[in-house]
Amino acid sequence: MGEAAPIGSRAAPASARAGIAVPGLIFGILAGLPLAALVAPENYLLDLGTRIMIFAIAAVALDLVVGYGALVSFGHAAFIGLGAYAVGILAAHGIGEMLVSLPTALAAAILFALATGAVSLRTRGVYFIMITLAFSQMVFFTASSLAPYGGDDGLTIAARNTLLGIPLFKYPRVLYYVALAALAGTFFLCRAIVASRFGRVLRGAKENATRMATLGFKVYRFQLMAYAISGGLCGLAGFLLANANDFVSPAYMSWQRSGELIIMVLLGGIGTLYGAIIGAASYLLIEEFLSRTTEYWQVMFGPFLVLVVLFGRGGLVGLFARLTGNRHG
Amino acid sequence: MAEPVLRLEHVRKSFGGLVVIDDLSLDVAAGELHAIIGPNGAGKTTLINQISGLIKPDAGRIVFAGRDVTALPAHARAAAGLARSFQVTSILPGFSALENVALAVQARSGSSLRIFGRAADEAELNEPALAALGEVGLAPRAHVTAAHLSHGEKRALELAIALAMAPKLLLLDEPMAGTGREETGRLVGLLRQLKGRFPMVLVEHDMTAVFALADRISVLIYGRVLASGTPQQVRADPKVAAAYLGDEME
Repeated sequence: MGEAAPIGSRAAPASARAGIAVPGLIFGILAGLPLAALVAPENYLLDLGTRIMIFAIAAVALDLVVGYGALVSFGHAAFIGLGAYAVGILAAHGIGEMLVSLPTALAAAILFALATGAVSLRTRGVYFIMITLAFSQMVFFTASSLAPYGGDDGLTIAARNTLLGIPLFKYPRVLYYVALAALAGTFFLCRAIVASRFGRVLRGAKENATRMATLGFKVYRFQLMAYAISGGLCGLAGFLLANANDFVSPAYMSWQRSGELIIMVLLGGIGTLYGAIIGAASYLLIEEFLSRTTEYWQVMFGPFLVLVVLFGRGGLVGLFARLTGNRHG
Repeated sequence: MAEPVLRLEHVRKSFGGLVVIDDLSLDVAAGELHAIIGPNGAGKTTLINQISGLIKPDAGRIVFAGRDVTALPAHARAAAGLARSFQVTSILPGFSALENVALAVQARSGSSLRIFGRAADEAELNEPALAALGEVGLAPRAHVTAAHLSHGEKRALELAIALAMAPKLLLLDEPMAGTGREETGRLVGLLRQLKGRFPMVLVEHDMTAVFALADRISVLIYGRVLASGTPQQVRADPKVAAAYLGDEME
């Protein structure tokens, strides 16, 4: 429950402090990471850090609907893909201005979320999981068959987006800090939403949807809006990903990607928002280091994830809270 | 008689081959506490679910506050002023008692699409919520997570939620179910205080409570109203005595 539980509960003071300290620490580390260039090759660090933050944006957005709305979307990679393809396709037509590509990326993701959410949210539980998966597979296969834009092979972007003609993203450090700002914006937006009147309805519907209806709330409307916000934020992640990789590919929206996002949220600690950032960072760092040590890294990674899910209820955030004796929800 | 708050006209509902509500008509007058009694399986909870909109009737009309609500979903009926409690306590277990009630205040206030501002800090929501908790005697427990409240406290919390909705009609589905003698006494006292403030439909098995509180009683058997009238009339009705009350009235 993380953010949700402390409000008005007895655990409030301790958790409230954790609610400020942990994100503060996370953003402090991220802001200072480029300084570590003194000990490691800078571009490598910046690339890895940017990648982590981009996936953290998507994971935080996913946690908003999964952790606070109990809407387990197995298709969130589609929104990342749509954001990325908006950048790629515009670039293929010579449009590299982010004042055009960013709104397009966001609009594509939000509209797709509204259209598919309107249908998906009429189902519950495992049906919701399956239908969100089905919609994302639709986008995946559509992108794979887009021959003019690379089809299966993907699409190389000749030049990164510019701001009013200035090639800002050419500098890895600028891209890094833009991603950091986007992550911070996403995190604080989601945190405000969760604590707001709107968020309270969303959390209430997770606890007892029938009760919410008999209070007079049209739960569906709130869930659809949350789903659209979440989709839009993933579109933002897609926009950044296309720029960071100079490349877009249908692989961005594969179901494996959607699954990885869920794992990131679970690994970090569901329903805390900052847990999603920790989860994304842990997942990508483990992947990075294990895959360098051995070709069979997945054989080690799989059991590790199982252990975290089995014994680390509440993910890494929950584990940390138990170790420090700070009971969390 | 003045325009009734709630009118059911020839309502019918069956589940498969089982007719649960059979051509039922019923009026609830302004200000009255209308009790509905009947043996298990008489269709009392189905009736409440139809009035609150969780179940659609197969036939018939439901008119609430002068408006045909037969086709309206539960949330729209709640927004129109129909509050209810549940036989099996239905609260938000992970929310504090205060938050449970504040959410009802928020439902009434409308502006729930706000995504900024901490709802937990809003006096506009918390003050009416605290007042409602105070009325049911839960003010000292306002910050306790609802899941940790005792059974009787949860029942009282449901009442506070209903109060905070400032309802035009309150449906109470067995509010005394599972409570001890002492708690039942407290709840009866509480309902007596609330009587007259808004009309109530009370479904209850505890006959002492029903006869102590009701202005009118309708007896439901096999989905039909067998008799309807003041407690004295119902008590004196030989049909009722034969069919249901029998030894309980001795």
